Amino acid sequence: MPDTVPFAPPDKPDKGPPTPRDRLLPGALRLDRLTLQVAGKTLVDIEKLELEPRSVTVVMGPNGAGKSLFLRLVHGLIPPSSGWVSWGEVACGEATRSTQAMVFQKPVLLRRSVAANLDFVLRRRAGSRAERRARRDELLARVGLAGQAEQPARLLSGGEQQRLALARALATLPKVLLLDEPTASLDPASVQMIEQIVLAASAEDTKVIFVTHDVGQARRLADDVAFLHHGRLIEHRPAAIFFTSPASEAVDAYLAGRIVL
Amino acid sequence: MQDFSAAFGLAFGLIASGDADLFEIVGLSMRVSLTALLLSCLIGFPIGALLVVRKFFGRGIVIALVNSMMGFPPVVIGLLVYLALSRAGPLGWLGLLYSPAAMIIAQTLLIAPIVAALSRQVLEALQAEYDEQFRSLGVSRGSAMLALIVDGRYGLVTVALAGFGRAVAEVGAVIIVGGNIEHLTRVMTTAIALETSKGDLGMALALGIILMSIAVSVNLGASALRAIAERQAYA
Ligand SMILES: Nc1ncnc2c1ncn2[C@@H]1O[C@H](COP(=O)(O)OP(=O)(O)OP(=O)(O)O)[C@@H](O)[C@H]1O
Ligand SMILES: [Mg+2]
Repeated sequence: MPDTVPFAPPDKPDKGPPTPRDRLLPGALRLDRLTLQVAGKTLVDIEKLELEPRSVTVVMGPNGAGKSLFLRLVHGLIPPSSGWVSWGEVACGEATRSTQAMVFQKPVLLRRSVAANLDFVLRRRAGSRAERRARRDELLARVGLAGQAEQPARLLSGGEQQRLALARALATLPKVLLLDEPTASLDPASVQMIEQIVLAASAEDTKVIFVTHDVGQARRLADDVAFLHHGRLIEHRPAAIFFTSPASEAVDAYLAGRIVL
Repeated sequence: MQDFSAAFGLAFGLIASGDADLFEIVGLSMRVSLTALLLSCLIGFPIGALLVVRKFFGRGIVIALVNSMMGFPPVVIGLLVYLALSRAGPLGWLGLLYSPAAMIIAQTLLIAPIVAALSRQVLEALQAEYDEQFRSLGVSRGSAMLALIVDGRYGLVTVALAGFGRAVAEVGAVIIVGGNIEHLTRVMTTAIALETSKGDLGMALALGIILMSIAVSVNLGASALRAIAERQAYA
């Protein structure tokens, strides 16, 4: 791979070929004839999709393609109009949601200090007060907010808010991380920081579903890419093939920066 | 006109000299209304939060009911509390009629629905924002209610101040259940009504000035809090 340096994904630990047992892991997503209709309009319509339990799946597609709705559907925040979603053979619902964490496209932070936003989540986990404080400080340091613990969270800059939202998601020790454009308003250094965090989580067998419009980022992170358009799944293929030989006109246009028809 | 200016002179004289009767009445008023407010917040905030987080069947009807209780005529509430506390009433054995406790009960019944209805409105917007995030994090209903109350604190203080304003200024209910007994249940509003009818305009006006100042400070306090909240992005 070194001959394609600018586009090569960073060294990733080899997770080995999937085994039949993998289907039981909490990160193995299966969708069957999933649709979502609102007011007579079909917003999501996916025939079938299966995701590996330990990979980074990047979801791409133009604005309004249904990426955010897709994440909310698989997280169980909105019920589908029809169809079936399961994680490791468990039907999507409260039980699966409790092992997952989602970072929303627009971060929702409590009207409290940065530290209190993390405490809100850490409080419900086991461990002594000192352990939780240590964990909080470690998380803040990890997203580069160590100096701003006492600041009101909603006075953070847009990028800082996104980083805090990610830290809060990590605080729940999720088996599945659902990230909706988590680096949309970050500076290059912060983008790199977040990508490192995502790859580290993935290396620890956390399933990651990552929505992004940044093709370079998708190349750096993705094991596989799902491309949505008009609520439909146009392609789902391993990253290596997805970027080099798009099978559909839509993906070709999207990657080339043209308007997707 | 002479009466008028003389009354003002007397009123300021009473206030400046720290007249004992005057401040006894003011003190009792504050004690009764603040206690009623505390109880109303303890009842009203959780009800407001519950109506926001629980989308149960018939919720719309309950909300309409609470909202309409906001407009309940105070005298009628006074009458109902009187009936309940009077010797023949179901709670007559408590012997609370014509006591500050009876006035606290009446004012609580009067403003708890206001606090509940207004806090529901304040918390509704917050809930719309937090709901998906809370469900994503698996926050229990109880924790969600508490978090809404904590995060809506600035809005809720404004709600409490509105309830307090209504409570201290109320006359119909407290006069029925309190009886305006000197040194026992005489509060600002009932005293003003009495002194005016007796022709002691100085005392009435002194109480009126204090009552007005309280109302104005409560409103100023509310605006100041709002400004602070906005500056800290806590609103
Ligand atoms: N509650 C709703 N009611 C009606 N239409 C909706 C609703 N939510 C989303 N939509 C529509 O569904 C489509 C998909 O929305 P979604 O937010 O999933 O897009 P997206 O792929 O995340 O776009 P972006 O890249 O801009 O974030 C949009 O056209 C949007 O207008
Ligand atoms: Mg989106």
